[in-house]
Order: sequence, then C-alpha cells, then structure tokens
Amino acid sequence: MSTDPELRLPMIKTSNSTDEIGGNDEEFCRSEGGEDCQTPRSPRHMIPAVLRCPPAPKKRRSAAACKRKLCELEFFAGEEIESLFRIVETCMSEGRGYYFPPCHILDISGVSVLVDCPMDLSSLTIFSPLPVDSHDINIDNISFSSADSNEENRGNGLVYAEPRYRTVTKLHSWNISFIDVVLITSPIGMLGLPFLTRKKGFTAKVYATKAASRIGQLMMEDLVYMHKEFRQFYGPESDEPIWMKWDRLEMLPLEMKKIVFGADETDFGCWMPLFSAADVKACMLKVESLNYAEEICYNGILIVKPLASGLEIGSCNWRINGPRGSIAYISSSVFRSAIPKNFDYDALQASDVVVYSDFFSLNALEQVGNDEDFSGLANYFSNSSSADVNSEARSALLSTDDYLEEIDKLDFICSCSMDSIKAGGSILIPTGRLGIILQLLERFELHLTSENMKVPIFVISSVAEQLMIFTSIIPEWLGEQCEDRFYSEKPSLFTHTEMLKDGRLHLFPAIHSDELLSRLITDILWDRNIWQEPCIVFCPHWSLRLGPVTHLLRRWLSLCFITVQEGVDANLILLPFKPIAMKVVQCSFLSGMQLQKSLLLLKILQPKHVLFPEIFRRCVDTLAASFSSSFYNENEMLHIPYTEDNSCLHIDMDLARQIKYTKLEEQNVDISRLKGKLMVKHGRYKLFSCVGTAEDGYGSHNAPVIRVSRPSTAVVEITETQTLIRAADEEVASLISQAARSNLHCL
Amino acid sequence: MAIECLVLGAGQEVGKSCVVVTINGKRIMFDCGMHMRYKDLRQYPDFSLISDSGEFTSSLSCVIITHFHLDHIGALPYFTQVCGYEGPIYMTYPTKALAPLALEDYRNTFERGGEKAQFTSEHIAECMKKVTAVDLKQTIHVDKDIQIRAYYAGHVLGAAMFYAKVGDASLVYTGDYNMVPDRHLGAAQIDQLQLDLVISESTYATTYRDSKYVQEREFLKAVHKCVTSGGKVLIPSNALGRTQELCLLLDDYWERTNLKVPIYFSSGSTIQANLYHKILINWASQNVKDTHARHNALDFKNVRSFDRSLINAPGPCVLFASPGNLNGGFSLEILKHWAPYKENLVMLPGSCSNGIIGSKLMSAKIPTQIKLDENVKTDVRCQIHKLAFSAHTDGKGIMDLVTFLLPKHVLLVHGEKPKMAALKEKIQSELGIECCYPANNETVTIPSTHHIEAGVSDAFLQSCMAPNFMFWKTNVGSDERTPPILQVHDDRVGQGMLTLQNPRVFTQNELRDVLGVENHQVKFAHCCSAAYDSEVSNAASDWSPSTSQKNSLLQLLFGLVSGDFPDCIMHDCQKGIQVGSFVASLCSREECPSSNADALHFRCTWSVTEEELAWKVISLVKNVKLSREST
Repeated sequence: MSTDPELRLPMIKTSNSTDEIGGNDEEFCRSEGGEDCQTPRSPRHMIPAVLRCPPAPKKRRSAAACKRKLCELEFFAGEEIESLFRIVETCMSEGRGYYFPPCHILDISGVSVLVDCPMDLSSLTIFSPLPVDSHDINIDNISFSSADSNEENRGNGLVYAEPRYRTVTKLHSWNISFIDVVLITSPIGMLGLPFLTRKKGFTAKVYATKAASRIGQLMMEDLVYMHKEFRQFYGPESDEPIWMKWDRLEMLPLEMKKIVFGADETDFGCWMPLFSAADVKACMLKVESLNYAEEICYNGILIVKPLASGLEIGSCNWRINGPRGSIAYISSSVFRSAIPKNFDYDALQASDVVVYSDFFSLNALEQVGNDEDFSGLANYFSNSSSADVNSEARSALLSTDDYLEEIDKLDFICSCSMDSIKAGGSILIPTGRLGIILQLLERFELHLTSENMKVPIFVISSVAEQLMIFTSIIPEWLGEQCEDRFYSEKPSLFTHTEMLKDGRLHLFPAIHSDELLSRLITDILWDRNIWQEPCIVFCPHWSLRLGPVTHLLRRWLSLCFITVQEGVDANLILLPFKPIAMKVVQCSFLSGMQLQKSLLLLKILQPKHVLFPEIFRRCVDTLAASFSSSFYNENEMLHIPYTEDNSCLHIDMDLARQIKYTKLEEQNVDISRLKGKLMVKHGRYKLFSCVGTAEDGYGSHNAPVIRVSRPSTAVVEITETQTLIRAADEEVASLISQAARSNLHCL
Repeated sequence: MAIECLVLGAGQEVGKSCVVVTINGKRIMFDCGMHMRYKDLRQYPDFSLISDSGEFTSSLSCVIITHFHLDHIGALPYFTQVCGYEGPIYMTYPTKALAPLALEDYRNTFERGGEKAQFTSEHIAECMKKVTAVDLKQTIHVDKDIQIRAYYAGHVLGAAMFYAKVGDASLVYTGDYNMVPDRHLGAAQIDQLQLDLVISESTYATTYRDSKYVQEREFLKAVHKCVTSGGKVLIPSNALGRTQELCLLLDDYWERTNLKVPIYFSSGSTIQANLYHKILINWASQNVKDTHARHNALDFKNVRSFDRSLINAPGPCVLFASPGNLNGGFSLEILKHWAPYKENLVMLPGSCSNGIIGSKLMSAKIPTQIKLDENVKTDVRCQIHKLAFSAHTDGKGIMDLVTFLLPKHVLLVHGEKPKMAALKEKIQSELGIECCYPANNETVTIPSTHHIEAGVSDAFLQSCMAPNFMFWKTNVGSDERTPPILQVHDDRVGQGMLTLQNPRVFTQNELRDVLGVENHQVKFAHCCSAAYDSEVSNAASDWSPSTSQKNSLLQLLFGLVSGDFPDCIMHDCQKGIQVGSFVASLCSREECPSSNADALHFRCTWSVTEEELAWKVISLVKNVKLSREST
C-alpha cells in the first residue's frame, strides 16, 4: 500500500488556552482593549524563558535517616516505623508500547525501588532530520517555520534544531537521591538511565541482566553517535535553544505542541540535551549486571531476582523478596518467543503482591465495549482451581497461536520485500528491536535461497558489529530454538555468523550524509563491489529522525519498501520526507501478553493481591478471582493493603537453646520469654541472642515489694521480668512461690 | 536435621566421583562419574546403595554434574538409560554442550578397542535431553525445599561448584576447581555463604605449585626446539579441555614468533569442541573475554584438521591426538609411526599416568623399546616431555577456599589417602574445622545447624526497633584532668514471648489476645476509718447516710486530700475520689468485712504499683477529723 498522508495542520491562533498561562483574565482583557483575544506580549505576561517543573513533592524522611551499612535497620522515628511494613506503589508512567515501557516506583519496607527508566524517543518526531542541502538554510531563520509566511516553504512545521530528549517526565518531580534501587526490565527500559545517573545525588544501585545492560549500552552509544551528526551540523547548542523560546513555540502546529508540552501541558521543562558518551560510560559503571535467576541482596533487606520475560534478549521480570513477603513485577512478557529465553513464569508463583505492568492489551481493552468478552474468562475463574483447570490454563498459555502469527507477519514482510526487490526496489527496515532484526535476517536468508536470489543485506549502525558479535556468544540468554541449534552437530546460535562469512551480510558503522553516501558507495563499497542496489538494509533509528535511515530514505524516496513499527504515527514520522512514492508497511509485533492470557497467567500464579492499571478494572471486576486487586493510575500513590502479622522470624539456634518453656495447663500451651537482638539479614527477620547485655542486678531499684509478716517476714519483689522472693524461712518462700505460680501465668 | 553423605565414588581415590547427600529426606547426587581403570561394572558407582529396588527416580531429588570430565559424568548415560533414572539433571550450559562429545569420544575409543561400551550413542543423546542447563549464580528451585546454585570453578570450560540448600542446611560440592586463572579460564569464584559442609576435591592436597608461567615457557621452548629442527610433535590429549588451552598457548606463540608450522587436530569432535569454545567465550577468563571484541582468542588462526595421509608427510608439525592416555585409538597409532625418530617429540599430559603405555613412556629411558600389546613392540627414540600443567587447585588453594567459606565441616574426596590425611590434619589444626575423608561406600553424618521459624507480630518487630540508648562516661587513661568520654550505645533488645505450639513471637501486651485469657491484676484493699464531725451528718445514728450526705462527706475528703495530692480527682457522685490508681469510696456496712459500727469508713483500693502513695493518703485520712472547718 502506499501512503500519501496529507497533514492538514490547523492554523493556530492562540486562543483562550493562553489564559492559564497569561494569568489574570481581567487584566488581560483590559490591556488588549477587550477586542479580539490575543496573546499578551508584555514582559510580565511572558513565561520565564526556561521552564522548570514545580518543586518536587518530597518524600518525607526524617533527618536521622542515615543508612547503616550492614544488615541493620535504620533508625526510624515515629511514622518511619510504619514504612517498614508497607508497600507503596507509584506509577510514574504507563508508557507507550514497546519503545517506551512503563515506569514505577515501589516503596517496599522503606526501600525505594524505581523500575525502568526509559526514554521517550517518540517525541523526537517534532524535530526535523538533518536538512537536505545546507545552502538554503539560514540557521537563524529556519530553526522555526513560522505559521503564516513560511508554511509553504518548510511545509511541515518541524523544529529545525539539535533535538532534545525526554525521559519519564514525572521523574523530574521526584527526589533522585531518595531512590535506593533501580531495576531494569529490558534494554529499552534503561535508555534514560544516564539522565538520572548524571544528576548529583544519585546513589541508587542499578540492577539489570547482563544481556540487557550490554544491549542497552550499545543502544545508548549508538544514540549518542547518531546525535553527533546533528551537533556537527548545528554547532554547539546554547543553553536555551531558539526553538524553545515562547514565541517560537506558539507557532508550532497543534500536534507538535501537544508533544512539546505533554498532554497536561506540564512537560515542557523536561526537555533535556542528550547525554554524552562519557555519561553513558559513567552510567554503565553504576549498573550491576546479573544472570537470569541470580539473587542479589540489597542492604540485607530485599532480595531481587530477574526472571526471563521472553520479550527481548535479556529482558526480565523481577521478583522482590523482603521480610514482609514477596512482590512480582511483571513487565511486558511473551509466552513463546522465537529468540529470547522463554517467559519464566513459574518462578513468579505464589508471590504476595503482583505488580502487573504489561500494557500490551491496552488497545484491546479500550475497544471492548461490554463485558461479554470476559465471560469465557470468568468461567476459568469460577471453576474450582483444580489441577486439570490449571494444566488447561497452562497449555492455553503455551499455545503457539501468537507465535505462529508472528512468523506469519515476518513472512509477510519477507514476501512483500521479495516482490519489491524484483521490481528493482530496495528494502529499508528501521527497527530498534534486536529480536526482530535477528529473526528477519534468518527469514530473509530462507526466502532468498528459496527464490535463488542474491541480494546483499546490510546492517548499518555504529554498533552493528558489536551487536552481531554479542549475539553469537550468548547461548544462556536464548530460547529453545536457538538452544537446539547450539546443541546440534554444527553448533551456532544464528545464521548471521555464517552469512557474514560468505558475504551475504555486511555490517557498516555509518553513512554520514546522503551526498556522502554516493561517495562512500564509490569509495569504499563500490571498490569492493559490495554495495548493490536493490538491497536490504536494517538500520536505526525507528523514529526516522536520526541515523543512517534518514539518508537512505532520501536516496530511495521513489523506489523502496519500508517497514515501520506500529504504535507510531506513520504520517507524522514520514512527514519530513514528503512527498514519497515508496511502499510503507506498518507492522506491529507482539510485545506483551494478550488480555486473556494475562488473566490466565494470574490464575496460575496465585498471588494474594494484584495491582492492575486502572483500565483493567472493568474486566477484572467481573471475574471471581482468588486474589484481591487494586488499580493504579499514573502519578498516584497506592498503598497496598497487607495482611497483618504475616512476617516470619528466624530464631537463631544459640538463642533457641536457651529457651525454657513453661507449660500452661489450661490453654495447653508451652510458652517462654524471649529476649534477643533483631536483625534483617538476607531479606529475613532473624533474632539472635544478645551477647554481653548486663542482666539486671539483684535487688533492683524501685521494684514493688510485697512484705509478708506472718508466719515469718518475707518480701516479694516483682519486676517485669522476674519475681524475687526474699525470705528467711524456706517454707514461707515455697508457699509464696506456689501462690504466685498458681495465680500468675507465665511469670 | 542432619546431612548424610554417602560417598559412592572418589572416596580416597581419584575416579568415578559420586556423592549422594541426604538432607531431611531430600537426596541429591553430585556427579556421576566412571572409573577409567576398570572396564566392567566396577567402573560405575554402586548405585544399589541408593535404592535396593532400583527406583532411583523416586529416591533421588536431582542429579548435579559439575563438569564434563568422564570421571564426573561418565556413568550418567548408564544411570539414566540403563538404571532408569528419570528425574531432573542439572549442569552448566558448556557442560551440557561438551559432555556428549566427551562421552562419544570415550565410547568410540572403547569400541575401537573391540569392546562394547555400557551405553550407546542413542543413550547419550537421550540422556542429554533430560538435562536442564543452568547459568552461573542462577538460583534454581528444584522443588519447594531444594535450592541449587552454580559457581564458577575454573578447571575446564563450564566447570562449576554447586551450592545446595535444603531447608536451612546448606553445603557446597566443589567438583574439580582451580584457584588460579590460566590462559583460557578464570579462577574459581564463590560468594561467602553460611555453610554446614564443604565437599572438596583434594587431588593435590599436599602439593604447592609455582606459577604457571614457568611451565608454559618450558612447554613452548620444547615445542619450538622440536619444530625448528624439523621434528613432529605429538600431544596425546582428549578432544576437550586441555587441548584448547594448549592450542591457545601455541596459537598465540605462533602469532608472536611468526611460525608457520601447521598445528593439527586429529578428531572431528575437537573441531566441534573448538566451535563450542568459541561461542562460550563468556565462560573463559576475564582476559580472553576482554579481548574478544577485537579477536576471539579461541578462533585459532593456525589450527586445522588432520588427515591420515599427513602421518608420514615430510616436514614439522604439531598434532593433538586423542585419547590422552595413549590406551589405544589414534594417538597410539601416531605414536607407533613417530616414536622411532629421534627428532620427534611426545608431550605427555598428566592424564597419561592412568594409562599403561603412558606410564611406561613416563618412566622410560630413551632409547628403549616398549610393548604396545601382546606381540607388537616399537622402538622409542623420540624425545619425551612431561606436561606439568594441571587444572586442579593445589593444597594452598584448597586451604584458601576452606578459609574463605568457613564451613562447619569439610569432607574430602577425589584424592589419595595419605595426602588427604595430611590435609585433614592441616584443616583441623589450622582452621579448627572438622574434617573427614570417607572411603567409597561409606556414609558420614554431619549435624546441621538450624533455627526455629516462628510467626512474629508487628508490635514485637516495632519494639525491637525502638532505640535503647545507654550512656556512660569512661575515663581515658589515669589522667584526671582529661574530661571523661561519653559513650553512647544503642543496644536494641527485643523482649517478648514465644509459644512452642504453632511458634509465634509477640510482645507481653499481646499475651492476652494470644492466650485468650483475661488480664490479671493484683490489687490491694483497705478500709480506713475516719473521724468526722457530727455536724456533717445529722443522721449519723442510723449509719445509712443519704446520697447528699455521702456526697458532702466525699466532698470533704476530696478537699482534704487534694490539698496534699494535687492530681486528686473527684468522681461523679457516689464513686469516690481517685489519686492515680488509688480509689477511696464510702464504705457501706454490709459489704465491708472490717466494718466497725463506731466509725465512718472509706473503702480504699489501689494497685500494687502505687502502694506507697496509697498508704500516704490513708494515713492522712486517718489523722484528720472531717469537719466543715477543714474545707
């Protein structure tokens, strides 16, 4: 199909929406003479040039909250004690699909855990890719397309400047230094991390799987590399770019404005210049990388453990065990995946709380009009949780439907590509999903050999080589299919190693600009007779604003076939390249659980409490689920009700040996006093005998005393821990003790 | 709870490693090796000791294999396919990949010798299908109670030490390990764990080795000398492990010195093994990992596969031929061809000593003749060099590991008896850790510590966290002039109650709820007489004062007492007055046992704690005459 979207951008006349910004309505009207509404221009009405978010609502923490290192609890005052027993969830962002995963902050037993720190790269769309020819660009002038006069000229209203970036905007209103732990679920989820780590006061421990941190690092490096092109073009950026000036912003088309300011117009202050390569390096030093299912203990209190989620190589869900129970954080997960290790959901079983954060079925939920769709599910839940229902659910989870559908999609892309190539066109695949690239490489290889065609495949990225090397040495991170190949006669993980060897696949670090492209082709590629068109090119970046893809797009405007990720506005991202005659295929790959499967999963996992996104309320409420549930919204704190007194204490053997039980006949209970030192070690409460605590001396102070005068004098001294009977006469003493014992339990 | 260790193999010997550990009814088998010296069933551990009836699947929770050497995995296909064990088997990814090669290699040599191995290729393939591959440091929950975890052990590619925890008893089975990094692999790495038992190998229990560097240089020198003088070098070695390390060494040396002499591999499985080594570079030493982006060190540049036609081809070469012990197969064939020429060189690795011909060569004086079998003799004029490399830790390494882990007990396996005895003495005297080295088929029982698990109330936890500061001053030295130093201690002590049945810890305040009893309070009571002015009550004669009279009496009393005790409270009519827990009310005759018809009485009660106060009030009341004036 060919798309020729006409973006009719509404002319923007600033309207009453500026009222809020302008402030006093009355004053505004007076100054403008009450005629047509116009933006007030007087200095006092101007927004201060650099906008910052309002000061952060700070987490309360007492001044004495200095952390002790080893396994001991903090000194808590008053309400802080409470925090030891609670779990609080705050959803920072619900995310938007694969490229912008959700972000949460969990407060578990006084430890603040940030899950994921993604980067909102979709906001790149407002920037123009590098201009085609540098001659007609007068930086000062073009950095903005004025709404009236230049509309015709620049046409698209894009910002011509060095791009700025955004992470999760709500994170700006959070005190970074209070975050104790950062957990990363996928390579994509860590892209925004350098923004955090470069801030002063960031002291948190960052945990990611080894594969995720490696791939994440490569993606960040690639981003920095691609961005460098802009910097070289526009020169060093000033503190306050021209496009961020108020009058310029006003001229933006409505859609762009929405992106610049965010949905609730609070996000403007969150634009940040990109991190540097040094930032990435420093950030990676702070990341502690783990294997799947490797347990790591944070400060003695929490034990965190990444478990394969099946979404992407190295992506994971987290299981967090604390002294008050266990939490499972379920990110976008795929049950049956071709390349990454399969979703390890068994290890998430029987957790106390599940934080469900897979938004894949969001669209489906929004479309569902009434409850009829859930009736089938309700059946599953209403049935008693007998073993056969469970196994039925299990087999439903592992059904290959989704998987086969994915293969069909890939095959569809391949066959479209084949047609395109036969017609002399080239294929451009801008995607950031490593798993998809690897799968497509294999598929293309199959299709090309079956059609007996020789078309070179290129992967162009500054980190292409590292990625390919990395993916050929990670059998531990791959799923069954790759594993089978690994254990076969000719061990290998992917065919790309072979393709590289016999020259069917080529890796290139970059194509610098499109004039250069031709030169490059002649100089480097042509000489070696490598570059041929038509060809198949995989390259970043999926936003079509950065990297080799922009140059190739311009080169191939007429004869090309391109695949674009679904979930992004194809019209918008192709805008700078208009008019185009190429074919565009938008493809959405599986990047999470289907609604039905996710509910089945929860049935198998048997959690006590589940946190759902608000949108799930309608369908969860109709189920007679065995778990209680609550629903979270963006930027809202949610206290998780916990069942009282469910903690468990380990009493050390040394202490246990000292225990002497007293039998209480009436209640048929043996009971004893217990005295010890409490420690939290490896996520458990442990009680040790306290060494060297001075016992209260004989005849202590101020103890209430009973004096017995007949038959002989005696004094009965009672303190909280002991009853001391002082008597001259033995008989009297035994009498009194008998009396005391018969009257008092367990003293 | 106790840990019961049944040593089925490698007890006071090297070969057929197999230890079965029983904790709390759960049984784990560590390693399932074969003894290379025997060819009958003696080569396998005596599995009947695990289960008489042969129901291994139900009697074992899992089998854990540490690495792919045959003395650690050799009996596995037999155990699973012939004995019928169906339960889970765990090993690392490299072990799972390389073990079939090692097993197949063994089977081939065995069958080439005209004998029938106890298992077939299909057995190996079927057996490997049951294996679950694990990564390092992954915590695997075998079942509800059993956790296992692999730690890097060096030794060979994929070798691991295994940590196992059943309930709260935990142990580490080291397998074979190496505490110093070599050219290919890193040193063993493990966390500090709380352990009841460490089962350690002790191959070199009493040996202390120098740096590997010297041995490497000697090896390279010998090879270099031989090839430059046109000789052929035969290195009998198994397809896996050692070969790759030597190759790495040679390949690197070849690069540096620009030698062009070919290096050959004899068997196809070596090539496959090399491919695995290339993919599994993440399991190599840090050094190899760091450089792999530039060049995968295991992607050998000068190494190619051997062809039979090259045996008598002129010119120098280096050849790796299996098996390593020269017991037969290709390496023996090559030896026949090459041994008679004095410019050639045979490199004898350590594993040769367990082969007949290998040990003969070791002790041979050149030139000599050796018997290859009944009627074939060959001249040996070639040079012979012994390879001193070993991927086992030395005595110091074992001591280092034990010192690091500080377990409560150590059990030694995989070593020679006298050396083990010496090491045991050392561990007991130097570290004060109990140590033993049982023989095969012996069982050792080791007590394991544990704790009591109890539920706990929030109130108790909170009370434990309440700060409990203690201050005291200490004088530093004898000098009186220096001010004493104030010391602050925060000894937080939790105090509470523990029930034995359905263990639960709670504070004293919660006792009532837990036991379901009423609180018991000890109180005192006293009737005190007070003098009063007859004007106060006109109707005093009938001793039943009206309500208003009672009131006015109490009012008087209140006025009196509150003068001395400011926190005195007057209750509503008829109730009386109260100071703390002391309550005084007007006593009516019928109720009072000590009533005296002659006087007005106040009935006083108080709790044990306020005795002193109570008596003060009483004495006050006793000594004062209640009258209107006194208000």
